[in-house]
Amino acid sequence: MKAICWMGRDKVEVQEVPEPRILNARDAVVRVTSTAICGSDLHLYDGYIPTMKKGDVLGHEFMGEVVEVGPGVSNLRVGDRVVVPFPIACGGCLSCQSGMYSVCENSNPNAGLAEKLMGHAPAGIFGYSHMLGGYPGGQAQYARVPFADVGPIKIENGLPDEKVLFLSDILPTGWMGAEMCDIKPGDVIAIWGAGPVGQFAAVSAFLLGAERVVVIDRFPYRLEIAARTGADTLNYEETDVLDALRDMTAGRGPDACIDAVGMEAHYPVPAMHAYDRAKQATRMETDRPYVLREAIMACRNGGIVSVIGVYGGFVDKFPVGSFMNRSLTMRTGQCHVQRYLKPLLERIRAGDIDPAFVISHRVRLEDAPHAYEMFKHKENECNKVVLQPW
Amino acid sequence: MSGASNHKARRLAAALGWASLGLGAAQLAAPRVLGRLGGFEDSAVSRATVRLVGMRELLHAAALLGSRRPASMVWTRVAGDAMDLALLGRALARRAGARRRRVVVVSTAVAGMTAADLYAAMRVEKGGTITPVAPTTGLRASITVNRPRQEVYRFWRDFENLPRFMIHLDSVETGPGGHSRWRARGPARKPVEWEAEIVQDREDELIAWRSLEGATVRNRGSVRFMDAPGGRGTEVRVRIDYDAPVGRLGLAFARLLGEHPDQQVRDDLRRFKQVMETGEVTRSEGSPEGTRAIRQLFQHVAQPMR
Repeated sequence: MKAICWMGRDKVEVQEVPEPRILNARDAVVRVTSTAICGSDLHLYDGYIPTMKKGDVLGHEFMGEVVEVGPGVSNLRVGDRVVVPFPIACGGCLSCQSGMYSVCENSNPNAGLAEKLMGHAPAGIFGYSHMLGGYPGGQAQYARVPFADVGPIKIENGLPDEKVLFLSDILPTGWMGAEMCDIKPGDVIAIWGAGPVGQFAAVSAFLLGAERVVVIDRFPYRLEIAARTGADTLNYEETDVLDALRDMTAGRGPDACIDAVGMEAHYPVPAMHAYDRAKQATRMETDRPYVLREAIMACRNGGIVSVIGVYGGFVDKFPVGSFMNRSLTMRTGQCHVQRYLKPLLERIRAGDIDPAFVISHRVRLEDAPHAYEMFKHKENECNKVVLQPW
Repeated sequence: MSGASNHKARRLAAALGWASLGLGAAQLAAPRVLGRLGGFEDSAVSRATVRLVGMRELLHAAALLGSRRPASMVWTRVAGDAMDLALLGRALARRAGARRRRVVVVSTAVAGMTAADLYAAMRVEKGGTITPVAPTTGLRASITVNRPRQEVYRFWRDFENLPRFMIHLDSVETGPGGHSRWRARGPARKPVEWEAEIVQDREDELIAWRSLEGATVRNRGSVRFMDAPGGRGTEVRVRIDYDAPVGRLGLAFARLLGEHPDQQVRDDLRRFKQVMETGEVTRSEGSPEGTRAIRQLFQHVAQPMR
C-alpha cells in the first residue's frame, strides 16, 4: 500500500509499505477514505519532535471503513464507517475511566522513553514518534487501529467524510481548548493562532457562551476565516497585542487565553525571535514559547490560560512571576478526543458546526510531499489539507 | 554516618571539585604561565602535558560537581594526585637552582592537596557513603493496577501466568506442594532452568518464593498487594533478589544495553498492568514484542510489519 513516510527534516516521501495486520486481539484494520495533515505534523516535518525514525508512517487524523477486526472487538463489523481518534486509549486504566484518554496508561509500549523526558508517560499516538508508541499513522491506504473497541466512532452513511473527519483531532481539540476556559456569560476569550484549531476554538467558544472572541495571527487569509466565525481579529505584525487586548477589555484583560500555536511560534520582534530561534537550533530550549508568555501577560487577574498548542520539551523565560502573583490557572493536554466524539457528532448532525469550512485543499495522497511544503510555508492560502488515499 | 558529617563530606568534595575546575581551566587556557610557575621548560611537550593534566582536572570537576554522590568521586582526584606527584618527581630529578626550588614548592603544594583529597576520600569511605559490593542483586519495582486486589492476587498466584508478562521467562510449570519449575533465557539467551517453592502465601496480600537447591542462579522473590487509596485499584510491589550471574561487569554491560535487571522488573510490571487492564500486552509496530527496554534503543520503523 501507499503511505506517507517521514524521511528526516523537511522530507516526506510516498512509499510502498506492507499492509497492516492485526497484532492485538482488540485491533481493527481500517481502509482509509480520508486523512489530513495536522499543524502538529509540521513539528515532525521541521524535526522538533525527538525519537522519529526514517520511514515512520505519518498521520493521526483519519477515517475509513473497517476491513478486518481482531477477535477481541465485538462492537465493530467489517464494512462499518469509522472516525479514529488520534490518541490511542485502552479504556481500562484509571486515566481512561476518568475520561483522560490522552494519558492512557497502557497504550504506549515505549512509556519508558517518554518517562525520561516527561516524568510520566502519556498515551500512544498514531504516527507521532517512538516516544509516543511507535505506531504507524493514517496518512496511508490502510491503518491498524489498536483498542478499536474503545476509540473509533461509527458514522452513518448520510454524512460525508469532510463533515466528520476532523472529529479525529482538531475539532475536539479546539472544543476542549474552549471548554477548559470555563466560559461564563460576558467572558472575552483571546485565541492565539488562527489555524484550523484556533478557528474551531473560536466556534466552540461562541457555542459555549462567550461574549466576545479575539483571534490573533499574522496571516490575513487565516484571520479572515476566523472572522467568519464571528470573532474579532488581531494581526500581531501590525498591532501590539497586549495593548489591543487591554483596550478591547477596558483594562481587564481577556477572561481566558487559548494557546493554539505551541512550540514553533513566531514573534514580530526580530531580535527576540532570533534569540529563541538560536536557542532552539542549538537545543538549549526545545520550544519557542512566545505565545505562552504573551497569553500569560495578557490574561486578566485570576483568569485561565488554556494550552492546546503542542509543546515538546523545555522553554526559557517563562513568566512565572506574572502567572503566580496574579492567581492564574493553566489547563492543558492533548485532547481527550474519545470524550467529545458523541456530543460533537451530535452538534454536526444538528448543524451547529460544519467543520468542512476549514478545508482549503483536497489532494491525492501521492501529492502529500508537495502539500507539506505548501502547508509549512502557508502558500496558496493553505489552511487545511485533506488527503485522499484512493 | 550522621547527617551533619555526611553534609560536611559532600561540601568538602564539592570544594575539591571547584578547585579542579579552576585549576583545569587555568591549565587549558594558559599552559605557558602555569608551566613557568611550576618550573617547567617552555617547550611544546610541557605545554601539551600541562593541557592534558588540565583536561584531567576538568574530568575530576565533572565527576565531583556533576554527581549525586560527589563524595565517592574524590578517589578520582587521589589517583590524579599520584600521577601529578610522579610527574613532579621526574621533573625534580632533572632540575637545578631556582627552577628546582619552584618544582619543590609546587610538589609541596600538590602533596598538601593529596593529603586533603586522601582525608576527604577516607572520611567518606569510613562513613560508608560508598555502598559495599553486594553479594546479591536486589530489585524492587511497583505499579498500580486498576483491578480489585483479589483478582490481581489470583492472577499472579497462578505462576503459569507469569510468562505472559515476564518477557525473559519461557515457561513456569506448577506442581503439587507449591513447587514449580521455571525456564528462562539468561544473558546472551543462554537457557536457565530452576525449581522454586512458595515460602509464604497470604491470600490477597503476599506471595513469596525462592529457588530450591541446585538452581544455577539462586533467587528469591516476593510480591505484595495492597489496596490503592480511594478506589484506585491495587498497588503491586515486587522484590527480587538473586546472585548476579555474570558479576558486576556483566551488570554494567547489561545496563548499557538497557537490559538492566531493574528495568526488566519495571517493564515486567508495565506488561503485567497491560495484561490485567486490557487483556494482553500492548504491541506497536515500533515495539512489536511490547514494552521492552532494549527495544526502546533499537526501535523498528513505525511501518506495518511484513
